[in-house]
Amino acid sequence: MSTPALEAVDVTRTYRMEGVDVTALHGVSLRIDEGEFVAILGPSGSGKSTLMHLLGCLDRPTTGVLRIGGRDVAGLSDAALAELRNARVGFVFQSFHLLARTSARDNVALPLVYRGASRKERHRRAADALAAVGLAHRLAHRPGQLSGGEQQRVAIARALVGDPGVVLADEPTGNLDTRTGHDVMDLLERLNRDRGVAIVLVTHEPDIAERARRRVHLRDGRMESDERDDPPERGER
Amino acid sequence: MRFAESFRVALDALRVNRLRSVLTMFGVVVGVAAVVVLVAIGTGARDLVRSEIEGLGSNIVFVAPGEFTLGSAPTISRMTLDDVTYLGRVTGDEDAIAVALNSGETVRAGRAETFAGIVGANQNLRNVFDRPLRRGRYLSEADVETRRRVVVLGSDVARRLFGDADPVGRQISVAGGTRFRVVGVLAEVGQTFGQTRDGEVHVPVTTAQRMFGVDRVDYLAIRAPTKDAVPRLQAEVVDALERKYRGERFSAITQTQLLGTIGTVLGALTGVLAAIAAISLLVGGVGVSNIMLVGVRERTREIGLRKALGARQRDVLAQFLMEAVLLTTLGGTAGIALGTGAALAIAELSPVPAAVTWWSPALAFAVSAAVGVFFGVVPARRAGRLDPVIALRAE
Repeated sequence: MSTPALEAVDVTRTYRMEGVDVTALHGVSLRIDEGEFVAILGPSGSGKSTLMHLLGCLDRPTTGVLRIGGRDVAGLSDAALAELRNARVGFVFQSFHLLARTSARDNVALPLVYRGASRKERHRRAADALAAVGLAHRLAHRPGQLSGGEQQRVAIARALVGDPGVVLADEPTGNLDTRTGHDVMDLLERLNRDRGVAIVLVTHEPDIAERARRRVHLRDGRMESDERDDPPERGER
Repeated sequence: MRFAESFRVALDALRVNRLRSVLTMFGVVVGVAAVVVLVAIGTGARDLVRSEIEGLGSNIVFVAPGEFTLGSAPTISRMTLDDVTYLGRVTGDEDAIAVALNSGETVRAGRAETFAGIVGANQNLRNVFDRPLRRGRYLSEADVETRRRVVVLGSDVARRLFGDADPVGRQISVAGGTRFRVVGVLAEVGQTFGQTRDGEVHVPVTTAQRMFGVDRVDYLAIRAPTKDAVPRLQAEVVDALERKYRGERFSAITQTQLLGTIGTVLGALTGVLAAIAAISLLVGGVGVSNIMLVGVRERTREIGLRKALGARQRDVLAQFLMEAVLLTTLGGTAGIALGTGAALAIAELSPVPAAVTWWSPALAFAVSAAVGVFFGVVPARRAGRLDPVIALRAE
């Protein structure tokens, strides 16, 4: 069996808020293989955002082991974690998080800046990524000149530009109408299928979650269920 | 992140808040301009003093009562004309010793009148100070011995009283009565310490003493035969005078020492002025710090995003530090231009001396960059340390 793209083993995360310890995750174990398409579901406060932040190396578990591409993040410096994030993970946010004064191309190229890629290479790869999400003709547009669906596609191109193993999408359709939301889901599905990039989707919309091949339910910081569609389909790709 | 990239990002950030950036820079502009102008004036003053003292003639030792410190109250001299003879025996060359008793009086010729510096001098003063004559003759030994009422005019005084006419042989009155006959006119020499030496009139020291009712002289000026002879001459003269006037102190200083002392004082003064100006630079720096903190807060989400995309703490720190340094160096460059322009204008249009040196703009630039680093580091570190999870959620 191949190395999992992401693996959490008995992970807890406790925050200290105004002197009181609040545990957001109680011993969650989750393994996500390369090329998977997973939805994480749960009501607000269930710990899905916390899990997402841990999987994306934005945060560290209080206890438990977290491996990104087989590498244990415990003991990594902040800088090493940032590099790991840059290389292995792509993020898509509910509110797009695009730089307003920056062209689509430069927004997409941003992760490559922190890799020290040359301007020329950044431009080339950003143009490729934009073409992959069907926005080859929107290179020079700023976010304000694009529709919501287009902005989210720019953000997806940005998540892909560095060739990560996993894209973490936090409510990617939350700010879009149903139709556009499904277009974005079509795009994510296609990228998952064509590029083999694992997609982890956090959502509370059941019909969006239905489109994933695996659904993980969280409640009160614990994993409630982990269901997969058609087990034989795994590895078919 | 590469240097060029952070530079571009920083420039972009400044451009977005153009008005705010310009206003923030303004504090630095004023501070740097003030430093440049005040240093220019201080340097100009020092240059001026140096050239004037050097113009006094070479190898001259000034002998005056008291310890020589600049700014101390003048000591009333107990030296008299006899000391010329006395010191002449010590040094072996009485002709190289000049005396001066100074005052200022109104002088008149017919209806023309002007204020003049009265120098009671002996016949040696002209040679000691190297003052060429334009007309007539200088004071003679006989003039001094017999207290003649003769006068040698500075070129300005001659022009003011007599216009283009030859004053030799004419009469002037000094201090509202005493009449003097003009025997000569000095050639033009220019200014010393902002006073024109061409506004002097020289009369025999004995005549001046009687006119003012004193028998002292203010100071002696002795020309040493060579530069190497100066130190020994100084020691001999002071020693001889302190032996004669028991319990009193005398100083014998050269123009080099005078230059050194005045230079030190002016240097300190320049330093103080620059320090006062630097306070405004400090205030400008605090303004930069403040605005950077606002910028970090406003861009918290952007910082969170950059971190999520792989920016390390030091990438974010470098970006904001670059922005602060760019603010202060742009302000500093404008300040240097403004300050240099102002200094040149002052030098050109006012009597205040101002000299722009090559190092003061260079230093000002370095200082403004340092101000950027110093005042940018706190906001930049705050930006760098932001927790990406929290920063991403910021509104």
